[in-house]
Parts: sequence; C-alpha cells; structure tokens
Amino acid sequence: MKPQTDRTGNKMGMWLFLYTEIILFGGLFVLYAVYFDRYTEDFIAGAKELDRVFGVVNTIILLVSSFFVAASITAVRKAHDRIALAGLWGALACGAVFLVNKYIEWGHKIEHGIYPGSEKLLDSAGGQNLFFGLYYVITGLHGIHIIIGMTLLGVSLVLVHRQKITAQKDALLENCGLYWHLVDLVWIFIFPLFYLVV
Amino acid sequence: MESVKSFYETPSPAGFTGIWSWLITFDHKRIALMYLYAILFWFILAVLLGGVIRLELMFEGKTFLRPELYNSAFTLHGVIMIFLFIIPALPAVFGNFFLPIQIGTDDVYFPKLNLLSWYLYMAGGVVAVVSLFSDGFPDTGWTFYVPFSISTNTNVSTAVFAAFILGFSSMLTGLNFITTIHKMRAKTMGWLQLPLFTWSLYATAWVQLLATPVVTITLVLVMIERYFNVGLFDPSRGGDPILYQHLFWMYSHPAVYIMILPGMGVISEIIPVFARKSIFGYKAIVASSLAIAIAGSLVWAHHMYTSGMSDTAVFVFSLLTFVVAIPSAIKVFSWVATLYKGAIEMTPPLFLSLCFIYLFSVGGLTGLVLGAPGPNIHVHDTHFVVAHFHCTMFGGTGFAFFAALHYWWPKMFGRMYDFKKAYIAAVLVTGGFMFHYVPMFILGLQGMPRRYFDYLPQYAPGNFFAGFGALFMIAGIGLMMVNLFASLARQRTVPPDPWGGVTLEWTVPSPPPLHNFEKDPDIPDYPYDFSKIVAAGSGSRPKGA
Repeated sequence: MKPQTDRTGNKMGMWLFLYTEIILFGGLFVLYAVYFDRYTEDFIAGAKELDRVFGVVNTIILLVSSFFVAASITAVRKAHDRIALAGLWGALACGAVFLVNKYIEWGHKIEHGIYPGSEKLLDSAGGQNLFFGLYYVITGLHGIHIIIGMTLLGVSLVLVHRQKITAQKDALLENCGLYWHLVDLVWIFIFPLFYLVV
Repeated sequence: MESVKSFYETPSPAGFTGIWSWLITFDHKRIALMYLYAILFWFILAVLLGGVIRLELMFEGKTFLRPELYNSAFTLHGVIMIFLFIIPALPAVFGNFFLPIQIGTDDVYFPKLNLLSWYLYMAGGVVAVVSLFSDGFPDTGWTFYVPFSISTNTNVSTAVFAAFILGFSSMLTGLNFITTIHKMRAKTMGWLQLPLFTWSLYATAWVQLLATPVVTITLVLVMIERYFNVGLFDPSRGGDPILYQHLFWMYSHPAVYIMILPGMGVISEIIPVFARKSIFGYKAIVASSLAIAIAGSLVWAHHMYTSGMSDTAVFVFSLLTFVVAIPSAIKVFSWVATLYKGAIEMTPPLFLSLCFIYLFSVGGLTGLVLGAPGPNIHVHDTHFVVAHFHCTMFGGTGFAFFAALHYWWPKMFGRMYDFKKAYIAAVLVTGGFMFHYVPMFILGLQGMPRRYFDYLPQYAPGNFFAGFGALFMIAGIGLMMVNLFASLARQRTVPPDPWGGVTLEWTVPSPPPLHNFEKDPDIPDYPYDFSKIVAAGSGSRPKGA
C-alpha cells in the first residue's frame, strides 16, 4: 500500500484548528455579551476612557499586515522569493508595531491605576471593573496570539529564505498566513467591542 | 501469512530499535498501544482511589482518611477518570489503532501530530502528578467551581493547567481523525460504507473540536483569576459565578458525549458480529450519532437547575435534555433488534456488550429523572446523581472499553485470552457494579448528599453494601487485566478473523503489518454483510485460549 498524497488535507486540518481558536475567543465574547447586557452604561463609560486613536491605528496596522502576508503567499506561488520575503518582513514589522502600541496603551492605563485588582477598579462600579477586566484578558490573549503568529511568520520567513517553502510546497506558509488572518479577524471584533461602543 | 512481518517487527521510522522505536514512532498502531498502557495505568490508579473513597464511606465517621484527604481523593478520582481515562480511552487507543484500518488506509493524516498528541497527554499526566506533590492536593472536585477554586489554597492552578494540556491533546486527536476520515478513506469507500465505530469517532471528533476550546478558555480564566484577581466571576465586583458554571458545562456536558459516543460505536461493531446478522438500522445509528453530537451540545444547563436560572431557561434545557434521550434510545433499540433472531455466538466481548446495554439503559433512564426539573430538585447533588453518571460513564463507556479490549485484543496482540476467566471477571465486575450503585440510587433518593465525608446513621447500611460492591468490582477488574495480560505469554496463533467479523480490520493479519494492508483492500459495498460467515457455518466458531 502506498500512502495517499492528498495535500488539501493540510489546509483542512488548519481550518479545523482555526475553528477551535474562534471558539476559544467565543467563550470570552459570551462573557462580554452577558456583562454588556447587564452593565451597558458602565461599558459605554469604560469605552470612552480608551484611546480610540490607538485602536484605529492598530486596526490599520493589522489590516496592512494581512495584505503583506497575502502578497507574500502570491509571490511564493509565482516564485518571486524576494517579494515574498519582503512581504513577510513587512508583516512582522506590523506585528511588532502593534505590540509596541499595545504596550504603550496598557502602560497609560496602568499609570492611571486601571489594572486588574487595582484600588481604583475595586472602588468603582462592578461594570467598570468587568469592562477593564475583559479588556485586559481579551486584548492580552489576543496579544499572545499576535506573538504566536509572528513566530509562525518568522519560521516561514526562514524557510522561504532556505528554499524549503516553494511554489510547489507552500502549504506551511499558507497555513501560517491563515492563522495570521484569523488573529487579524479577531481584532476586527475586539476593536468595535472595546473602542466604539459609545 | 507467515511471511508477513507485523508492525512489532518493523519499526516506523525504520532504523530505531528498542524503546526509541516506540517513543519516536509515527505508526498509529504503536501510538495506540502507548496510549493503552498509559491509560490503563491511570485507570487502575483512579479505580483504587475510588475504592479508597468507598472504603472510607463504609463506616460512619472517620474510618482511616482525614476529611481533607477525602476531598482530595474524590477530586483526583474525578480528574483522572474524566481527563486521563474516559475522554481519551476509546478514541486514543482503539480509534488510533482501528480507524485507519477500518477505512482502508495505512495511517492517520497527520502522523507527527498524532505523536505530539500522545506527548501532550503524557505531559498533562505529569503535570497532574506534580500538582499532587506541591502545595497540597487540589480539593475542588473535577468541576473546579468558582469561587472555591479561586480562593482555596491548594494547588488548583497546576491541576487546571494539566486539564488544559489534556484538552489540547484531545482536540488535536479530533482534528486528526476528521481530516483522516475525509481525506484518507479508500477511494471506493463512500460515507455510508464506513463502519459504525468510525462513524462514531467522526461524530466524537467534531464534539472534541468544537467543545474543548470552551473549557480551555474557562480553565485559563480560573488561572487568570488566581494569579491576577480580575474578578470576572466575583459578585462583589460585578461578576457572576453562574457564568462560570455555564462556560464549564458548555464543554463538559458535550464532553460526556465525547465519552459515550465511541462506546456506542464499539457496541455497534460487536453486536452484529456475534449475532451473525447485519446491524439493524445502519443509517438510523449514523444519524443518531450525529444527532447526539448536535443536541448534546445544547443541554449543558441541566447541570444547573438549582443554580438560579430563569424558569424559561430551565424549561428549555429540560426539553432539550429529553430530546437527547431519543437518539440514544434509537441505538439501544437497534442493538436489541440486531440480536433478535440472530445466530448468537456467545463470547466475552458480546457478554460485556450485553452488560453495557443493560447498565447504560439504567443510566440513561435515571438521566431522565434528573433531566426533569421537578424530581431534579429533590435528588440534585445527592448520591442519585453519582450513581446515574457512573451507570452511563462506567456502565456505559467503561464497559464499552472492556468490550473493545476483549474484542480487539487478539487483533492487536495476535494472542487469545482465556474465555472462562474473562466471563468470571465480567460477572464479578457487573455484579459488583449493581451491588455498588443500586444502594447509591436509594441513598440518593433518601437524600444523602454527594461528596460528603460523613453521613447520618440512617445511611449506614447503604454505604456499607456499596463498599462491598466496590470490592467485587475491583477484584473483577483485577482478574480481567491479569487474564488479558497473561495471554501475552502465549504464542501468536490468532488467525486474521478469529470472531467472524467483516469490517476491514479482520481481513489483515493479527497483528497487522506496518502499512496495515499488503495489497489495496477490497471495500465491501456494505460493512455488515455476514452471508459468507454464516455460509461457513460453525467451523468459524470463536474459541478461547
């Protein structure tokens, strides 16, 4: 018996994995939905305290990074390795800028005494505590996913450089790309839920 | 047949010998056996812990355990049985071994991921052990309910982390199976030619994939609360502890179908083989597996009738719970109808399957008592619940696991065990089971709460009898294991088809060669056509060693 070689299975496996990621965040969005329903006023007040400029900039950065990743996949398929490498570097740079922005944004909030278990949140209304609690948990988990995604893109970059990912063998790059798009997509939901509910 | 080397003699990847030919193997059959040994280890440990609990409860007051140790004992019993035994037992051992063979292929789609799942399983087990020996045993019960799981000083974080890793292992196995069934089936095998065990694994895999991330995030939140104190479930800070229960059961109820569906698949394989008769209602069994997977994902809140939900929610969840009983009953009817007018060949796997049908039916029917909100208020959190879910989990999945062991043992090892000892063991386990859990049903109806260290004098006789039942059961399980493993000392003499089975695993040598099939298998139009076996007559009668 010869093993079957149906390469489409790689992509199928990746999509199945992405479902699990969606549901992982889904659990948190359920919490958000319930608490938003219960403390609508507090959530709106909380959203006003978040800096919308950071949110908008980060959204644009991630959208651009997704373009870079998509471009690099197309480039690999057309055997334009240098463009592919440039695309991956671009995406990695976007990811890094996103994380720096996040760091500055979190830093500001922590400076103002808003962090899990802080005096200010302990004294505030329950809804405020939950809004910022969820803000830290969800954006934190998303940040971890950005780091994982950057690691995957970094690995792809090395493999493209070493000619291990080629036009004929692009499954890994495509799967890493799918992961990155998912991380981007999750942010597209996080952004309005935390910055635009006013 | 002599010329074919089994997978024991041909390591994959080639060139590694001894322990390495196992530890870095990509062969689904070797991985399955590694799962088997690890899972049996945890199973025996958890059985003994269960014995310790019942021994403590046999007499009023303190018998030999401190109350804190008692709490840890039932927590460990639950965590190990659920996360390290029942969830992985059938898919990881028998699914890994037989799914590729049943669909006529040589391995799963992602062999490396398969090995990774095994390592994650082992890592989860190691972390669980670590949680025992630092900061005190976890004492929350396997449900890790807030607020206690967040405020207790015992080592909940590590135990939760272990469950988190095991969840990953389970998820990746599910992902692997779905992809394998979609992409690796023999070219001529259509969906309605899949054996029912494979079908049940397919339904299970979807539940593993879609439900596990919910508990992953829930357990992550427990850890976050313990380390960062966010207050998402703390009512004094706006949170709602009931939401934790919703999130937890959103996974953990579908998880009971992860546990039982493959068991039902095993029974659907065994019954027709020994009735020498096509399975009754093949399509109905397939449809009911999928229906259980879907409807079973929508009933989680029936664990929470007394938690303070709205009456509407209680009504809806109760209704859905009753709906799940329908596909389960369809399966039971199909099995019984298959036996009707069959040429029944009694063997240990069939005997265990019959015990399964009986015990599982008791579990299923008492589930309806619990699913109805009225009686539920009366028996909620009593020993009635304990007896109910042990009937489904142990009487169901546990017995299906025993039946699968006896059914596929000759195929996996090429050796037959002693029938007489197997029957004695099965009778001991089943008899002990009844002696153990029937008193617990009665105790529950009388109002004895679960998880309590001590009880009022009127509950003494029931607990005393239950303890006796436990002894019989443990003795039976011990005999069963000894009998099975004693067969390994014999010669490999088992022919490819010792039982008269017709699914593809019975067309290959026992044990199978490395790539499962020597030449491309002939895919039967229908997986349960016994006309040839019946025509061969009693010459093919199965014999014990």
